[in-house]
Amino acid sequence: MTAKITLILLLAGLGYSWEEIKGIAIMQGFAGLNLFAIFLLMALGLSVIFGQMKVINMAHGEFMTMGAYTTVLLSWLCETHAPGLLTWYFPVAMVAAFFVAGAVGFLTEWAIIRHLYKRPLDTLLATWGLSMIFQEAFRQIAGARETSATMPEWLMGSFQPFEGVDIPINGVFLLSACLVLTGLVVANLYYTRTGLRVRATVLNRDMAGAVGINTTMTDRMTFALGCGIAGVAGCAFTTVGSISPSAGGLYIVDTFMVVVFGGAGSIVGTILAAFGIAQAQSVLEFFLSGVLAKVFVLGAVVVILMIRPQGLIASKIRK
Amino acid sequence: MSITTTSTPRTGMLSRVLRSIAATCAVIGSAAAMEDGWANPVLDKFPTATVNTTGLATGDHWVTVGQLHSVTGTMAISETGSVEAERLAIKQINDMGGVLGRKIKIVQEDGASDWPTFAEKAKKLLIKDKVGTVFGCWTSASRKAVLPIFEKENGMLYYPTFYEGLEASKNVIYTGQEATQQILWGLDWAHKEKGAKTFFLIGSDYIWPRTSNKIARIHIEKKLQGCKVVGEEYYPLGHTNFNSLINKVKLAKPDVIYSVVVGGSNVAWYKQLKAAGITGASLEKDKRLLLTISTTEDEVRGIGGENVEGFFACMKYFQSLPNENNIKFVAAFNEMYKDKYSGKASIGDVTQAAYLGPWLWKATVEKAGSFDISKISAASGGIEYKEAPEGYVRIHDKNNHLWSKARLGKMRLDGQFDVIAESPELIEPNPYPEGYK
Repeated sequence: MTAKITLILLLAGLGYSWEEIKGIAIMQGFAGLNLFAIFLLMALGLSVIFGQMKVINMAHGEFMTMGAYTTVLLSWLCETHAPGLLTWYFPVAMVAAFFVAGAVGFLTEWAIIRHLYKRPLDTLLATWGLSMIFQEAFRQIAGARETSATMPEWLMGSFQPFEGVDIPINGVFLLSACLVLTGLVVANLYYTRTGLRVRATVLNRDMAGAVGINTTMTDRMTFALGCGIAGVAGCAFTTVGSISPSAGGLYIVDTFMVVVFGGAGSIVGTILAAFGIAQAQSVLEFFLSGVLAKVFVLGAVVVILMIRPQGLIASKIRK
Repeated sequence: MSITTTSTPRTGMLSRVLRSIAATCAVIGSAAAMEDGWANPVLDKFPTATVNTTGLATGDHWVTVGQLHSVTGTMAISETGSVEAERLAIKQINDMGGVLGRKIKIVQEDGASDWPTFAEKAKKLLIKDKVGTVFGCWTSASRKAVLPIFEKENGMLYYPTFYEGLEASKNVIYTGQEATQQILWGLDWAHKEKGAKTFFLIGSDYIWPRTSNKIARIHIEKKLQGCKVVGEEYYPLGHTNFNSLINKVKLAKPDVIYSVVVGGSNVAWYKQLKAAGITGASLEKDKRLLLTISTTEDEVRGIGGENVEGFFACMKYFQSLPNENNIKFVAAFNEMYKDKYSGKASIGDVTQAAYLGPWLWKATVEKAGSFDISKISAASGGIEYKEAPEGYVRIHDKNNHLWSKARLGKMRLDGQFDVIAESPELIEPNPYPEGYK
């Protein structure tokens, strides 16, 4: 709020009309929300995996890319075989992205991760290697060039609530997708039997096993869920950006920053961190420049983590 | 890696991959046959002992050249087109009987988008493979990494990308434009033809966009009457969120949005511009425009024509150029890579510049009557290539860059460009521009 007021005062000082200032303030506010949606979508899957399972999944970005490529593949299939479906393929692509990335995640857990639960640092190395294997696989199968999915008409352009204000439709879509997905994840973790089993396993694996929870299966499903969410995020990102085999690498640093800053293990923390970082970055980008904004945001995150190493919201895990 | 050939970079779906592997096998087969069956008709006139006095890998019937691009890693996206264009030129030269009666064999190495790897592979090509010349590099960083090696080992490099200038080596032929050739004329056009007064400069954050914008700013402020720069912004490579920047642009209302955004960021940048209501048509309505020097047909394919329609680009080459050379070139390119692109290849500025490399080298070797590097280097000045798809080009006598025209293209929905203006004369390359530092 303070930021908004400062913004308005500053711009008024520069000789812009009230209408312009109002328009920019609204659009800039929305830009912040948009970035928040992107950060949260990226971090949600990782928050489940890193937060709940303490597995450092360096291949998280590649699961996103996988979801994005699934979307591209579907859009390509629609375009070549059934152009009529192009309008409504996107929701189907989101579900498909979830299941493709989730299934690969399921296999990954079975093949690699489950052998490494006792050696958390080695998961970092193993999943990093995995990320490179995925990247090369994408490059071989889909080609090295940037591609993007064909967007249905209704996802492009902007709507103008009033003169001088353009709200991007893909941004609105991203934000709604993000809210729905977060709602589903929270509901699943806190209000279902599955979520209860996940949380029980995290808190005390031995005891959870003793009361009859299949902890192996719980781990596998949790990992698959996290990867599936990453897939949906990747699908959603095709509305704003492009896909290349190495695109996942661009997101991974920001993703870890959000999750660690929020406090590993806390979904609420992840949401808060995504919101805080996104707003700070967006406002700074407007008043300073892109590169400086990044420097200041990273600097602030480092300082805050020094003061509060457990992140914004500390998880209550028995050590 | 075998001397004759390596696989071509692959794209497309799985079936296309398989087909291209099959095609590659065919290439290997024909290369082997050529080596055995080919007789050099001009061997008496150009005996190996006189055309190769420095121990290059060149015999009576063949000459070896190197190809050094990234076919893996981030840059593979951009460099693939160059690899393909160079291979096309070499194939055509071989079909015409080769160079001094010798057919060209390619040793391809992968720089893997990693600059130390480029340096290492350059060393290998020059010292172990003893290639007659190298066609390669794309980014300035990779060129800077291999430059000391080419100068120390005395090799030749044909470098295809438009770049920031401030370099002229006797061991490099620059077949792309240096900064002033691409920037100044385009800005003059925007000012004179479109009456532009205010400019907002935007770039990815590394040396080429920064140097380009520096030159642009000096030109706008000092050379153009009553013009000014109302903003200058850089974003990291790969950045995908431009909403704040777009709001700033909206507020500043520049006559020209001058974009030097590169790589994957391009897609996000244009998609978000469109989503924020900034399109070619909306700008034109207000007598404003977006002018870029970093977006070619290659990039537009990934961005989607619907996101860039009506924007302008200043390049030396567009795929839609109507001249006869270019029509032949585009047809030959589509023919050679028909399995991969099904006749719909996107050919950008750099791809065309890469295509010039082998032809210029051939002309130079023929003028020098020798494959020796020092003789080629000395003979390069003044070499002409009249069949260039971009039209006539000539190597500058002193700085090894090309004289070339500048052109303005307006982007179309189908990803091609309408050429709407062209510099009347060839523009002299000037890699060390006075007054632009």
